[in-house]
Amino acid sequence: MSKQTVVKNVVCPFCGCLCDDIEIYVDLKENKIVETANACVLGTAKFMSANNVSHRITTPMIRENGKLKEVSIDKAIEKAAQILVDAEWPLLYGWASTECEAQSVGVELAEEVGGCIDQTASVCHGPSILGVQDIGLSGATLGEIMNRADLIIYWGCNPVHAHPRHMSRYSVYRRGFFTERGVKDRLMVVVDPRETHTAKLANLYIQPKPGADFELITAIRTVLAGNELFIDEIGGVSKEEIIELVNILKNCKLGIVFFGLGLTMSRGKHRNIDIALSLVRDLAAFTKFLICPMRGHWNVTGIGQVLAWQTGYPFAVDFSRGFPRYGPGEFTSNEVLARGEVDAALVIAADAAANFPLQAAKKLAEIPLIAIDPHQTPTTELADVLLPCSIAGIEAEGTGYRMDGVPIRVKKVIEAPEGCLSDKEILERLLAKVKELKAKKKA
Amino acid sequence: MGIKKTKKVTLLTGRSIEQGVSLEGEKLTRGYVLSTGICEIDPEDMKELGIYDGDTVIVKTNHGQVLVSGIESTQAPHRGIVFIPMGLYANAVINPETDSTGMPSYKGVEAVIEPAPNERVLAPKALMKKIMPLKK
Repeated sequence: MSKQTVVKNVVCPFCGCLCDDIEIYVDLKENKIVETANACVLGTAKFMSANNVSHRITTPMIRENGKLKEVSIDKAIEKAAQILVDAEWPLLYGWASTECEAQSVGVELAEEVGGCIDQTASVCHGPSILGVQDIGLSGATLGEIMNRADLIIYWGCNPVHAHPRHMSRYSVYRRGFFTERGVKDRLMVVVDPRETHTAKLANLYIQPKPGADFELITAIRTVLAGNELFIDEIGGVSKEEIIELVNILKNCKLGIVFFGLGLTMSRGKHRNIDIALSLVRDLAAFTKFLICPMRGHWNVTGIGQVLAWQTGYPFAVDFSRGFPRYGPGEFTSNEVLARGEVDAALVIAADAAANFPLQAAKKLAEIPLIAIDPHQTPTTELADVLLPCSIAGIEAEGTGYRMDGVPIRVKKVIEAPEGCLSDKEILERLLAKVKELKAKKKA
Repeated sequence: MGIKKTKKVTLLTGRSIEQGVSLEGEKLTRGYVLSTGICEIDPEDMKELGIYDGDTVIVKTNHGQVLVSGIESTQAPHRGIVFIPMGLYANAVINPETDSTGMPSYKGVEAVIEPAPNERVLAPKALMKKIMPLKK
């Protein structure tokens, strides 16, 4: 048997929970992950994906006559730099599944090429950011919630599927300092148009019609303010259910609303977030109440932070005039692609071709596209330059931000396959090459 | 019998745990088809359409159409609502309108579903070939 070792307290680089108690069994001789302990099925799939060579990209490629051809890393970086320098307004998109240190270099690269930089939040919690900028957010760390919250509300999210360990690590089931009996000390409420697997675990389940969140929350705020409802049903929810819910909200010791894409993607978008944040603000008159977005990718909170430090804005930032300008709806990826405004794109740590609506995704096939990804994806299928990278959080270390905004250092567990540089290294080399080509162009 | 039935529904898209597992490197494989090339339908709605678990259905919206496997939802009841996990298949039919927020309308799209017994769900690469221009 070859030599095995256990790496303890590994941070999982999958979802915004950033669980930091994972144990990874590594075969040192083969440089392989053998087994994981404590991780959920999603985390395990991600750790194991580092092993599978069949869908792993390990050589840089350039498209020639419609086919991808293997080239050296220097040649691929030069070609990528040339695309960015030649473009009038390139889009630099993604950033959610890589570490803050790489993101930071990415922002500099965007400034250098006068491009538009946007992150996956624009198709995820972008409306939440807009809502928070309008109203403000009463937040806390997940640790506080674990220790104190006796009312947990999941609104428009399905943690059983998307954040499988959220309930056991941070909310419903976890025993905390003031909630020492765990689930017995808590009440769980789920609001979702489908009776999801999360909803089936709830003490109270409310089933509104799709897209009726705004009117439902308005009705809740109305009752909370002491007014009477004059209609019997709002958005598919009965008046009695709303009154029952308001009583629950008012009488808890500390309540928390975890909200997901059910609010951000439905009709109303950021207005749904505005009103949810306002409801939590109203509830502060009665008891302690908090709210937290269920962030998807492990470091999507991080790119918001990095962009905000370096440019002043969390997403949808344009550098075409030499200084950062903020424009959700104008500089967000879907708009700049669908309108055909950008003439090149760099996609890193995300899969734009699979996750954008067709009208925007197919534009990626029409413009020069640089993809930085460890795996084959629909985006890499469309790429003109393909740069293989190591997997951040498994083969490269760095900083990630948990969904509540707590920075956590992710670890390197195994070595990357030969020839796969880290995202940060690739971006640094790309940035240096861009500067070199720009200097040549000037001279 | 033999008469094609259609049903007006509201389409929701989003994450599922199977989709989450398949996104790590399996996006061009059969696993991705099984996890995202599906449409979760309320069991009562399936009876109404005369389809069984795994039968191919076509989902049509004002923005496109796509073939997916109709799956009996385990997150029911949700009469009149269908769910396609996020990915290539869902994005072929969702509403790209962002209302100037950057966020397309991934949830709450008016759609029509129809049994398509003689059709098969396309593999990811084949679907891309069909709906996207070829890279030169």
